[in-house]
Amino acid sequence: MSSLVSVEGLAGVVFLVVVAVTLIGGVIATSSTRLPRAVSGLALCLIGIAGLYYFLNSPFLAAMEMLIYVGAVCVTIVFAIMLADPGADKKPGGMTAVGTAGSLGVGALFAWGLAALGTTTMWPAAAVKVNDGSVKAVGHALLTTYSFVFELISVVLLLAIIGALALARSGRDKA
Amino acid sequence: MILHPETKKALAPFVLPGLIAGPVLIVGLYLFLTSIPGGLARVIIFCGALIIFAALNAAYLVWLERKVCAHIQCRIGPKEVGPFGLIQPLVDGIKLMSKQLLLPKGIDPFLFKVAPLLVLVPAVMSFVTIPFGEHLAARNINIGLLMIFAFASVNVLGLLLGGWGSANKYAVISAARAVSQNVAYEIPMLIIVITMIMVTGTMNLNEIVMQQSGWFGNWYIFRFTASPLMPVAFLIFFVCSLAETNRAPFDLGEAESELIAGFHTEYSGMGFGVFFMGEYANIVIGCSLATILFLGGWQSPVGIASGWWWFLLKLYTLIFCVMWVRWTYPRTTLWGLLNLSWKILIPITLFNLLLTGAMLKIWPH
Repeated sequence: MSSLVSVEGLAGVVFLVVVAVTLIGGVIATSSTRLPRAVSGLALCLIGIAGLYYFLNSPFLAAMEMLIYVGAVCVTIVFAIMLADPGADKKPGGMTAVGTAGSLGVGALFAWGLAALGTTTMWPAAAVKVNDGSVKAVGHALLTTYSFVFELISVVLLLAIIGALALARSGRDKA
Repeated sequence: MILHPETKKALAPFVLPGLIAGPVLIVGLYLFLTSIPGGLARVIIFCGALIIFAALNAAYLVWLERKVCAHIQCRIGPKEVGPFGLIQPLVDGIKLMSKQLLLPKGIDPFLFKVAPLLVLVPAVMSFVTIPFGEHLAARNINIGLLMIFAFASVNVLGLLLGGWGSANKYAVISAARAVSQNVAYEIPMLIIVITMIMVTGTMNLNEIVMQQSGWFGNWYIFRFTASPLMPVAFLIFFVCSLAETNRAPFDLGEAESELIAGFHTEYSGMGFGVFFMGEYANIVIGCSLATILFLGGWQSPVGIASGWWWFLLKLYTLIFCVMWVRWTYPRTTLWGLLNLSWKILIPITLFNLLLTGAMLKIWPH
């Protein structure tokens, strides 16, 4: 255990803070009844995840997490809430005791499963820095190693655009 | 200098320390940083220095804004407090901090308080990667350019939550305008950034500056072998950074003739002050990026005596232009603003992207 005042000790503290931010954000996102607050919690959680990426020496992923998830996804959600205005005074009904117990049980089971997977899987050791974040390395990774995943994501985006168009067009016909 | 004798007496002890402290701080910091390599002290010093830089910038850019505005309108501007009104921003700061923070009825108190910080903090974070001089950058990271845009995207979330959290229809309309404007102008801006990354081959801001060493013909704004449209790209980048920071003539988010004051209508005291600090910090970031990408950063135009002083000179010249534009052009309409981005700027930047790609194929560096 290194001293708290050293760079390593400080890095450990930063790691714990980042994990705490992620967890708190997740709890706010799932437990708040006001939608904008839930989105803020989600944004906080995603910022925490970006911090974890940065901690794992992947600044490129961290920046992309911020740019796409916080800057685009969360902003889109808030924008949609503002346009739709789902009645701030309407309170959703509280959970029943059975529901609470059931969700806690399922959550615990899920967490146990993930933890078991994480501890028993043979993870490939990260011997060298995977990616230094330079344009060349990122371009190489996107166009060779991860080209299939990259293309799949673009298909998902295409589907989203087509879905938005279909919704918008049918809405216009009715009006 | 016409000063009220009482004011003169009250301010006399502060003038000299204030005038000395600024330059001494920068020079001392520079000397100190070049003497210690890395470590914990460096982190703390940079954190403190960047926060002070952001705060001083916010304070004194307000003063500069008022002076520039006044002279453009044939007035004098602030002149009472201190020589040329130089103490005015500090006095204003104290006034703002001593004011009551009003929480209107029906708001979301938590989001209402967090929103100004969401505008300010990412902007201050972006300073971390800006190279003020050859060795004067808090973190020289490889993806500096991307990181600045990642943090800049959080800014919109702050405006949105501020507008929504205020529970005020003008604030909500203003937030919706600010977001549609930001989304529209992020596209041409990012296309230009992609073009620049194609030319430079790196997202490391200090390396980009290094590539522009020598005389000013090497600056990317004059790099016609990469693309003949480089000055146009610079102009579009500048226009986009005006729109991204909600500055006039694109300040539809706070159009006071239509929306009272936009998303900060309900903010009083330092809540409003923090929004403004965020806005000025964002202007500094935008102009810094324009300086680094196109105007050679800390490189001297004649190839000798390069250093942070050139960076600051170019930075504040650009900021002066931002203010000049604000007090010269009237506000555009929302349609004009969106049409400019989608129908003019995006096609030009896409054409520039293709042209640059072709030029790079023909004459590879």
